[in-house]
Amino acid sequence: MNALISTALSGVVLMFVGLFVRNKQHIKFFAIAAIIIAFIANLAQYPSVQHGGYVMYGMIEVTKFGVLFNAVALGATLLYFLLSGSEFEKVGEHVADYFTLVFFILAGISLAATFSNLLMLFLAIEIMSIPQYILAGADKKSLKSNEASLKYFLMGSFSTGILLMGITLIYGAAGTFDIAGLGLGTESVHPLALCGIILIVFALSFKVSAAPFHFWTPDVYDGSPTVFTSFMSTIVKAGAFVAFLRMFHGSFAGGAISGHWTLILSIITAVTLVIGNFSAVFQQSVKRMLAYSSIAQAGFMLFAVVAMNDMGTQGIVLYAAAYSIATIGIFGVLMKLKDYTFEGFNGLARKQPLLAAATAVFLFSLAGIPVTAGFFAKYFVLSAAIQHGHLLWLVILAVLCAAISVYYYFRVIMAMYFKTGEPEVEHISGGFKAALILAVALVLVLGLFPNLLLCWL
Amino acid sequence: MLTVLLILIPFIAGLIAFGLKGSGPKVLGMISSLATVVLAIGAWCRFRTAPDSLNLVANWIPQLGSQFRVGLDGMGVMLCLLTAIASLLVFITIYNRDYEKPGAFYGLMLLSQAGLTGVFTAFDALQFYIFWELALIPVYFLCSLWGGEKRIAVTFKFFVYTFLGSLLMMVGIIYLYFQTADHSFSWSSFSSINLNPDDQKWLFWLFFVAFAIKMPIFPFHTWQPDTYEQSPTPVTMILSGVMVKMGLFGVIRWLLPVIPQGAAMWSDVAIVLCVIGIIYASCIAMVQNDLKRLIAYSSIAHIGLMCAAIFANNEQSLQGVLIQMFNHGINIIGLWIIVEVIQQRLGVKNMDQMGGMARKAPRMAIFLVIISLANIGLPLTNGFIGEFLMFSGLFQYNHWFMAFAGLGIILAAVYTLGMIQKVIFGESNDLTDTTTDLQPGEALALSLVVIMIIVLGVYPKPMLDLVSSTSEVVNKLF
Repeated sequence: MNALISTALSGVVLMFVGLFVRNKQHIKFFAIAAIIIAFIANLAQYPSVQHGGYVMYGMIEVTKFGVLFNAVALGATLLYFLLSGSEFEKVGEHVADYFTLVFFILAGISLAATFSNLLMLFLAIEIMSIPQYILAGADKKSLKSNEASLKYFLMGSFSTGILLMGITLIYGAAGTFDIAGLGLGTESVHPLALCGIILIVFALSFKVSAAPFHFWTPDVYDGSPTVFTSFMSTIVKAGAFVAFLRMFHGSFAGGAISGHWTLILSIITAVTLVIGNFSAVFQQSVKRMLAYSSIAQAGFMLFAVVAMNDMGTQGIVLYAAAYSIATIGIFGVLMKLKDYTFEGFNGLARKQPLLAAATAVFLFSLAGIPVTAGFFAKYFVLSAAIQHGHLLWLVILAVLCAAISVYYYFRVIMAMYFKTGEPEVEHISGGFKAALILAVALVLVLGLFPNLLLCWL
Repeated sequence: MLTVLLILIPFIAGLIAFGLKGSGPKVLGMISSLATVVLAIGAWCRFRTAPDSLNLVANWIPQLGSQFRVGLDGMGVMLCLLTAIASLLVFITIYNRDYEKPGAFYGLMLLSQAGLTGVFTAFDALQFYIFWELALIPVYFLCSLWGGEKRIAVTFKFFVYTFLGSLLMMVGIIYLYFQTADHSFSWSSFSSINLNPDDQKWLFWLFFVAFAIKMPIFPFHTWQPDTYEQSPTPVTMILSGVMVKMGLFGVIRWLLPVIPQGAAMWSDVAIVLCVIGIIYASCIAMVQNDLKRLIAYSSIAHIGLMCAAIFANNEQSLQGVLIQMFNHGINIIGLWIIVEVIQQRLGVKNMDQMGGMARKAPRMAIFLVIISLANIGLPLTNGFIGEFLMFSGLFQYNHWFMAFAGLGIILAAVYTLGMIQKVIFGESNDLTDTTTDLQPGEALALSLVVIMIIVLGVYPKPMLDLVSSTSEVVNKLF
């Protein structure tokens, strides 16, 4: 609740700050201060929800999980601002507006982590999506950016329509929007509800870019300004996952109903894993590779939704943190390079040892090598699936795909360490280095002691 | 505490080494490996008097039921000793060499030692898995940065291969975790699970493939000759002397006690794979002209025999395997030291270009002969006792297996003696005429190897006593 209010207010305030403050550096500091305030405000709510959720007019229910997830999202955004905040001004004139849009997206995410009503779900998804359409097209002079924006907008509004249809059908079957009180799936399942669930699965799969609803992802992520791709492919995606998880665990779990969608969703997971990983192998641009990697990682996060147990809930929080930190870090380094192809990284270790070492740690984390956060993230979601009992085939498939993912992640490591070249690197400030070290430290600490995060749950 | 120090010393020394320049890393590596050898010997003494004092349990991730749980049994002490000795021998041998970026080179070497020791001391499955992967990362960088021409592709194949194996093992570990009564990763909980035979049937393969890739066992061996050939020789010493023992160790510590029925069900299949590997690798070794590849294939044959003996399912063969793990490590490291010497002098690996080195480098020739004979298991060398026990155990299990595996011994004699002939006897040529004999450091390392070969060959009892506790425990559970 606090997170929702503080981010929404910050967004509005920042918009006006943009009118009065001309210095772009100052706007960035305002944004960082605002995110810190939101982070603290969010944590301040933790004691009050420790022993039971806080319900507001049957629309929002703030739980420990919601607060923790918001903390992860806001913390990761803080890191994102520290690493890439100065890239905002390279996109265009309206720096304050970009920050404003980021804050509105964050408001959507905090709603997604706390909704308890189907209408709120719809609102959350929309608040998250609309600013993204604008951010994707922020580089107005670039044709690719315009294309990304238009494509994202058309596809996005289409899927929102499907989501709305799904919600309507569910309402028709249950007569209520309250997700706890839907009362579906005790013995028999109403056909209307079934159609509704399938439509919601499709719509949310689109939002988290699960295959076969992923076709927009590579183009949009590649065409958008890199600094916004970094945000869209990490924190926002995690937010969409949380909406997915809350919706399906909250009202479609248990009884006869879960049998109807588990199979569909596990097939979606399998296809996502295979398509994401195999397509990433063939990319020549690191930015595009990361776009496909985000599809592949979405496959792993879907495990948490399919498995429907506590292990999965813990897994999604850890996964969101691990994946966001690592990917934001890699994008941060990528933006300092002139050449986004794999060759652009050639010889980076010799020229910028710190950047190379940090990138290597982030890539290890994405690949799931132990002592990085990514290992425990994968560990939790796979455990959740094994605990579920009937998903072993999916786990073995996921493991094979994880081995493939090593190929494209390690291509970057090979380029940095084992090849020679003269990468063109922009000036690296001390603040950037400090933020990078902070991110590496977070990855390693979570890789050794995941319970530092999970003990809050 | 002693056990933790065995991991911590090389780990911290490794981190420090990254920051040092000039000859600093060398000295640090030497000090650290000497300290670990002393500690490992200390652990051996402590093991005889108060074995429980070597175990340590500390909280790590309580929610998961995973604890930091290190300990040493007979096998653990032996393998830690082997790891420490191996890195000492490596550091002595390369003391006079200069590597590019010495800080990183020595740092990574020491980190891999820490990882290996971690594997051998882990009594918690999750921790075992983590160390298992961590031991791989430094080796990956070592091979890719300092290796031969085709290093990047070859090392990457090696990495992906082993990584895939370990991921399968992780699935197995998680599955077993949910079967434990107290939801814990500890070895004791794992080995007391009552699994039904149907589960054991497929779980066996999740673990066996991971271990078989590491050893390697036919048909999972294709990464090995390339990697041994392309890696810098010091790394090959660690790889073939110690790292392949991780696979055997894994089978003895985690596979047999935890999935006994699965292992019994598939033991024939496993032994057949091993025997095929023995004969296949020996045949390829016979026609090899490349010295490094020859030793690589001979290593596949030897490891195949050890793995076959593990599945022979009796105490004698198990004891043979355990002692052979140590002895094979010592012998193969000795061989690699000589390869390193030859390669450094001549700059070639092709044996056709060698010859007549006995006249030019007589001391090296003597060492080569002794170590080669130990490697094929001549009586009164350390290789004999282990092979004898393994063959006798295998014979009790099934004499056909023993007969075919025994062919490996004969073939080993053929290719090893052929190698000696080509390398040190015959006419010298332009290349070998200028060879110089061993330098003091190399001579010291080889002397240590030969001393161990003879001492353990004549009087293997202390080593047998050390490992007998492990073979008893495992045999009872199996």
